[in-house]
Amino acid sequence: MPAEPPIDTPRHLFEAYDRLAAGSTRPIAGGTDIMVGITGELGPVPERMLDLSRIDALRGISLEADGLVLGARTTYTEIRTSALCREHLPALGEAAATIGAAQIQNRGTLGGNIANASPAGDTLPVLLAADATILVGGQRGEREIKAVDFFVAYRKTALAPDELILQVKFPLPPGRELRFRKVGTRRAQAISKVVVALAWQDGPKGWSDVRVALGSVAATPIRAAATEAVLQGARPTPEVVDRAAETLAAELKPIDDVRSTAEYRRAVSARVLHRLLRDAGGW
Amino acid sequence: MTAYRFLVNGAPAEVDVPGMRRLLDVLREDLALTGTKEGCGEGECGACSVLLDGQVVDACLVPICQVDGRIVRTVEGLSLAARERGALDALQEAFLDHGAAQCGICTPGMLMAARAYLDAGGGPDDRAIREAIAGNLCRCTGYTKIVDAIASVAHADG
Repeated sequence: MPAEPPIDTPRHLFEAYDRLAAGSTRPIAGGTDIMVGITGELGPVPERMLDLSRIDALRGISLEADGLVLGARTTYTEIRTSALCREHLPALGEAAATIGAAQIQNRGTLGGNIANASPAGDTLPVLLAADATILVGGQRGEREIKAVDFFVAYRKTALAPDELILQVKFPLPPGRELRFRKVGTRRAQAISKVVVALAWQDGPKGWSDVRVALGSVAATPIRAAATEAVLQGARPTPEVVDRAAETLAAELKPIDDVRSTAEYRRAVSARVLHRLLRDAGGW
Repeated sequence: MTAYRFLVNGAPAEVDVPGMRRLLDVLREDLALTGTKEGCGEGECGACSVLLDGQVVDACLVPICQVDGRIVRTVEGLSLAARERGALDALQEAFLDHGAAQCGICTPGMLMAARAYLDAGGGPDDRAIREAIAGNLCRCTGYTKIVDAIASVAHADG
């Protein structure tokens, strides 16, 4: 059972910023991680809570000149059902569909997945592969942080204690392809063993802007630089695909834990990438 | 403490409790609505599923402050219209007809997840029903009769 620290429910961002600036305050949105995490068994209980559920400025999905913008409080269900997401970023909807089941998808939010910063956060490799930018704000003002710079260590982010995640912006370069695949013990209600997201743009000189992002194989969601280098400027021919998968297996340094083993994660990551590349190559 | 007001099964409720108290505890302990069960208490099993503004949620993961001003439906109010004439909801009848309960602890949550699915226009498709109740674990593993019961109501609705 969670502890019951006092909680404030502001309606406006500036009130939320005031509370955060006062210190020792933990924001809560959908609560799917926090309600389980603040029982006292997993570390100290926050002194105060900050309920984000009434702040409308954190909601909404919109198509803007520089990309698709999702408010931090966008739920997985909203991502799955949004016509804009389906048209412009279907891989994010695929990721959202693999998280928990209806009960979790109706409550859990994109901003929460980012703030929780689990290495197994299912949307996070999509953010890395799509080169998303996270807009954060606080009393000191707003700033943008690239998703690739956001996850700095195990469950540590670039977000300061007095800042909130406001929006996530996904650039939509023409011709960019994005694929997602999660491997868990079962289809629903499973924390991932391996998550792979792959992005590329095809051009006359082969693939460019290749991003290979993975979850559950390191202390943070990561990109696989050596594997990306194999694919950059190439095309998914059998020789290239084999080499990319071998490079990924050599590049990853996963660990054994309760959900899987290092060896399984390394092998399956390589196989999943191989499959995504084979499908991209149409063979 | 703050007073939180909301509708439960059509009736106004007011509780004066800490805002972080779980909806599950408010329902069971403060409002004596014990039809909603606690299974895992961490959003894995779905035993405590209720409808919040028509969406199925795990009541163990919802702090009561986020319920203020909203509409909660529990298994006790699954079908208010049917209850008024002393009858059960069509889903409850179907669960009885199909023998879709063994130990019964998952049943209230299964009913609520199924109700959300049908209210959203869900049909009798086996895969869609299984996805709709994927967040509800039956440890007796009696899923087939549960799916059959939900499908029979979807058929009747369709």
